[in-house]
Amino acid sequence: MLHLILFLFFGLLCVAGAINLLAQSHPINSALSLIVVMGSLAAEYLLLGAEFLAAVQVIVYAGAIMVLFVITIMLLNAGAEERTKGSRVAILLGVPGAVIGAVLVVWTLLFRSNTSAVTIGALPGGPQEIARLLFHQFLLPFEITSVLILIAIMGAVVLASRPDAVAKRHHTEAPKAMPELVGAGKEH
Amino acid sequence: MSIATFLIISIIKSIAVIGVLLTAVAYSVWLERKVSAHIQNRWGPTRVGPFGLLQPLADGAKFIFKEDLTQPHVYKPLYIAAPMIAMIFAITSISVVPFGNSIYIPETHVGHLFTIPEIDTPLEITDLNIGLLLILGVTSMGVYGVALAGWASNNKYSLLGGLRASAQMISYEVSLGLSLIPVLIKSGSFSLRTIVESQAHLHWNVWSCPVWYVPLGPIAFFTYLISAYAETNRTPFDLPEAESELVAGYHTEYSAMKFAMFFMAEYANMVTVACLATLLFFGGWLGPVFGPPILAMVLPILWFCLKVFFFMFLYVWVRWTLPRFRYDQLMAFGWKVLLPLAVANIVLTSLYVALTS
Amino acid sequence: METIPLSYYLVLSGILFVCGVLGFLIKRNIITIFMSIELMLNGVNLSFVAFAAQWHSLSGQVFVFFVMVVAAAEAAVGLAIIIAVYRTRETLNVDQVNLLKL
Repeated sequence: MLHLILFLFFGLLCVAGAINLLAQSHPINSALSLIVVMGSLAAEYLLLGAEFLAAVQVIVYAGAIMVLFVITIMLLNAGAEERTKGSRVAILLGVPGAVIGAVLVVWTLLFRSNTSAVTIGALPGGPQEIARLLFHQFLLPFEITSVLILIAIMGAVVLASRPDAVAKRHHTEAPKAMPELVGAGKEH
Repeated sequence: MSIATFLIISIIKSIAVIGVLLTAVAYSVWLERKVSAHIQNRWGPTRVGPFGLLQPLADGAKFIFKEDLTQPHVYKPLYIAAPMIAMIFAITSISVVPFGNSIYIPETHVGHLFTIPEIDTPLEITDLNIGLLLILGVTSMGVYGVALAGWASNNKYSLLGGLRASAQMISYEVSLGLSLIPVLIKSGSFSLRTIVESQAHLHWNVWSCPVWYVPLGPIAFFTYLISAYAETNRTPFDLPEAESELVAGYHTEYSAMKFAMFFMAEYANMVTVACLATLLFFGGWLGPVFGPPILAMVLPILWFCLKVFFFMFLYVWVRWTLPRFRYDQLMAFGWKVLLPLAVANIVLTSLYVALTS
Repeated sequence: METIPLSYYLVLSGILFVCGVLGFLIKRNIITIFMSIELMLNGVNLSFVAFAAQWHSLSGQVFVFFVMVVAAAEAAVGLAIIIAVYRTRETLNVDQVNLLKL
């Protein structure tokens, strides 16, 4: 009973955060709502017994990726988004369509599927077993994802660096001396 | 132990631990002022109580009575929430730190009114089997207090200070986490109590003190310490909040109680780092234990507090000895020196453990 | 032993995914669109973990790790692209980045 209450509480928090992400006009508020969603998802993972995954979700998703989003929003300093004609049409058509789709999905899942129930905290094993799987059975995807991260780092550094900074690294010429300094040197 | 007893004991433990933590935070300010004063050949606070020991009380009273200005141009919700976020995540990490062995109180009868049942609890609020990951996660979330404070202040200097501070913190989080992995390799669990108990079999001489228990332990220890200094924004890595740079960084626009909360959050982070350093590298509460059972329960706590006090002293000592890094030097050091060093340490430690077991 | 029907978790995951798709379609700020993509990925992660709990298999959790890693890499590169676009177009409104439109 308590687990159902906890599941509903964190589930409602997730959904509220997701709807708030859509409803807010300033991206920083959307980012904060997404952080709330990720925190509640970590709690849901705890209910499913995946405590290592919950910790990783907080550390990686809520603590690093979302910090990246928040830093970018602060850096670019774009204000609240405006409502254009295109976005009004999209809201008019999209929201009812999405609500109908969601109702269909929920109805199918709740009443037409015959999946069994999930025991709380049912996942076997902790970090040791996950590590064993990661390094034996899933070694190739592990190595490929590490190469992927390396490529992403290099790509991000190159894409986000200023064009003149790149030019400066290629053309290493001596900077012209400031005339005031040269003049001051000659005086003494 | 019944649910009611467990609940009451947990509440008592939480209140006691948080009370001790906040007092430790207040007195680490006193420690900083005294040690910095003696390093700089002056006295520090001496008026308020003997050795200035009541100075934190005077400071607390000052903060409460100071005028709490809220500028009209700030983004109010985040402006008020940011210090609370910083404070909440700074205090949360003390919940998984074990202070000693268990406390055992046999069943006592208070007259004929009621009996206190037998209590046998470990000396910590909770012992998660992912305790270390919780501390890392909470440290990651503490970046938001800084970033959002810089943003909400609606001030160029605060924004730049907040951006720099949060970029610095997330850069050094990587080497912080990686430097702790050799300890995990050797002890085999994320639970802090298990990590300390796996160091219990060592004798305390120079050759087998727990820092060497982890192969290449000192490298891991110093990498952890340097990353932690950068993570808590302390000198020599405190460019984002230095008084002579960027006005005061992300807490320029804060006054009185909100500034006090940032202050307390920073010192609480320092206490967390010190606790973690003693638990992972210096054996936590292990030390010579002798005497009657009551002493056997209290002495481990004493050793733990002494070691944490040493690390706080080290923090203050380093702050007032070393000059500040420039921001690009800081970031270059974190990404180009500490991160490869931490990764190389993991590789060498795993090789050593694999070849000798 | 307490049980929660699996379909509840799938419903939550489906709602999160639908909110992500909706955000992707109706929002005009590039960064918010990107955040809706992250929301979709999170919804999918939840259904992976729920199925892993039902079939008592840890491979579901391991796959969630890979999804997280891919999401992190994609976030880094995507935000770098957004910064580059902002530098040239001076706007974050996705309707105004339309130079290649016919």
